[in-house]
Amino acid sequence: MIPLTLMEQAKKPLMTAAIKKAFLTALCFMLLTFPLLVIRVNTTENIIEWRWKSLLYMGMGSFFLSLLWRYLMERREAGGAVTGKQRPSHGPGMEKVLHDPRFTRPALLFVACFALVFPFLFSTYEVNIMISALTYVVLGLGLNIVVGLAGLLDLGYVAFYAVGAYGYALLNYHFGLGFWTVLPIGAVLGATFGILLGFPVLRLRGDYLAIVTLGFGEIVRLILENWNELSFGPSGIANIPRPGFFGMVMDLRSVTIYLYFIVIAMCLFTMLVVSRLRDSRIGRAWIALREDEVACQAMGIDKTKTKLRAFALGATWAGMGGVIFAARTTFINPASFTFMESAMILAIVVMGGMGSIWGVVLAAFILILLPEYLRAFSEYRMLLFGATMVVAMVFRPQGLISKVHRTYEFKGLEKQR
Amino acid sequence: MSGNPRNDLILDVKKLCMDFGGVRALSDLDLDVRTGEIVALIGPNGAGKTTFFDCVTGIDAPTSGDIFFIPPGKARRRINGLKPNLVTCLGMARTFQNIRLFPAMTALENVMIGRHCRSSAGIPGAIFRGKKTRKEEESIVIHSYRLLERFGLAKYTNELAGSLPYGVQRRIEIARAVATDPCLLLLDEPAAGMNLQETKELVELIRRLRDEDHISILLIEHDMKLVMNLSERIFVVEYGRRIAEGNPREIRVSPLVIRAYLGEDVEDA
Repeated sequence: MIPLTLMEQAKKPLMTAAIKKAFLTALCFMLLTFPLLVIRVNTTENIIEWRWKSLLYMGMGSFFLSLLWRYLMERREAGGAVTGKQRPSHGPGMEKVLHDPRFTRPALLFVACFALVFPFLFSTYEVNIMISALTYVVLGLGLNIVVGLAGLLDLGYVAFYAVGAYGYALLNYHFGLGFWTVLPIGAVLGATFGILLGFPVLRLRGDYLAIVTLGFGEIVRLILENWNELSFGPSGIANIPRPGFFGMVMDLRSVTIYLYFIVIAMCLFTMLVVSRLRDSRIGRAWIALREDEVACQAMGIDKTKTKLRAFALGATWAGMGGVIFAARTTFINPASFTFMESAMILAIVVMGGMGSIWGVVLAAFILILLPEYLRAFSEYRMLLFGATMVVAMVFRPQGLISKVHRTYEFKGLEKQR
Repeated sequence: MSGNPRNDLILDVKKLCMDFGGVRALSDLDLDVRTGEIVALIGPNGAGKTTFFDCVTGIDAPTSGDIFFIPPGKARRRINGLKPNLVTCLGMARTFQNIRLFPAMTALENVMIGRHCRSSAGIPGAIFRGKKTRKEEESIVIHSYRLLERFGLAKYTNELAGSLPYGVQRRIEIARAVATDPCLLLLDEPAAGMNLQETKELVELIRRLRDEDHISILLIEHDMKLVMNLSERIFVVEYGRRIAEGNPREIRVSPLVIRAYLGEDVEDA
């Protein structure tokens, strides 16, 4: 037991140290931003304007931000120090709340009701954004199989997305196939390309795998850009029909709402299938492969088969996502399938929490909706977006919702014995 | 001891060689294990014991030589260069010198991985979760839990394997290997890092595996007390060569072995 006064004394130098450090940080920032913020050359009158006020704002801003940062980091470390015995309320405490049916049931009900009435309350523009976000949920969940569960870092995931989108566009252009026919074909196309990519990279892991998949993604994009006879090159393919509903003619608004519900159904379907896969014999094999490749093989798991399954099943969702994307935008060109897309989907998986389904859903909404609703801040949009990601990764490196382990109860079994 | 037939070979290794670049890790190594036997493989550090395990279990492909595996009641089969997972499916399981559990999985899930090659649910089974899949899944869980119970690990069922004490991790690794239903179990330094009490329990456990489960055992171990106490036959290797073979009494007095362990100059040990 430490007397209170002693503790306060111990705290005081900490405080002054923090203030000192924050002050230094502010000084550094002021110095660094000095030429940019203070000096302005007025070329019409040939004079130099000194804007000392902005330096003051900069200094004060960085001082308080640094102080806040230090305080938060300290709290985080203090939280980490007692992990062994009892963690402070957030951490597993929050996770427990998230898995408590008393909390989750009403929350889910609310989300479901909101999702149901959403398209009727908001404009077509906003419904379109939501469709985009939901598409990313599907993509994120698909990549989650490859990266989160099987631990195979895939940086070319967008290739399968492109395969699905172009599959729909071309099959429709040449053969007049409709959305519903192509959706399963897109899935099969995705899976096929997943296996095609899988074979040459079976022996690779970690960084090497990442580089090869990155190359694969670029190859697909470049083929689409340059093979004019097949893909119509950079000009892309236009007039892709939206999904039909028994040949009914719909106006833009109702077809958007229709697509919205298709994507909602698609999301639910993906979540169901991915969670079932994760909790199955195959999902366990993926996790084992991620954890230790040698031990996994020594326990009788076929590495080749398991890896190919992960690539194929991950790519399936990208293929279907691509079909939906083409149907929503009615126009596709290779510019929609750059590395940025792959990076975005990967960010969703990492930020959501590797292997966590709800985490990926949440992260997809944050990362897709945030830039849209930050448009009000115009040029600061991407800055704020970046800052959000940094803060999220510093304070929750394990992801927004880290997976809680499945526990098994054997009460009945013990009694039997 | 146990009444099972003890004369037919289960593992028969002939003139096994393994080169790593220019280094010969194993040279013309002969070794055999009979059904129902506990055999030890000993030798100084770097003698090639773990390399031998890696060759036999398919993790490394040997340069030359023959490895025959004869699961009881099945045909004799040459398993050189066979993939590790197929070797495991044939009925040979192993543990690792530096524990290789799956740290982010629970103890139970680790053991459940061992059941992988004895179950068959595929992608459709996982997605539709039909009656057959659910039944199989249930039997995997129960089988794995029973194993944990037998190994005195039931209280760790839902704990992450990576956070458990060393001795417990070693036992989980053995349980995981046993879950693959092996007829031959290779243990790589099972007692390393264990205290006296834990080692004693381990000896009991290995005996039980042989007597109750009819699993033949080949183990690498540096703890001589355990080796002498447990094994019926001992092979000694040095620089990848076999320098002695025999029962514990013979090995203890073999001048070659004493020299390998204690150096040239020591006459008496």
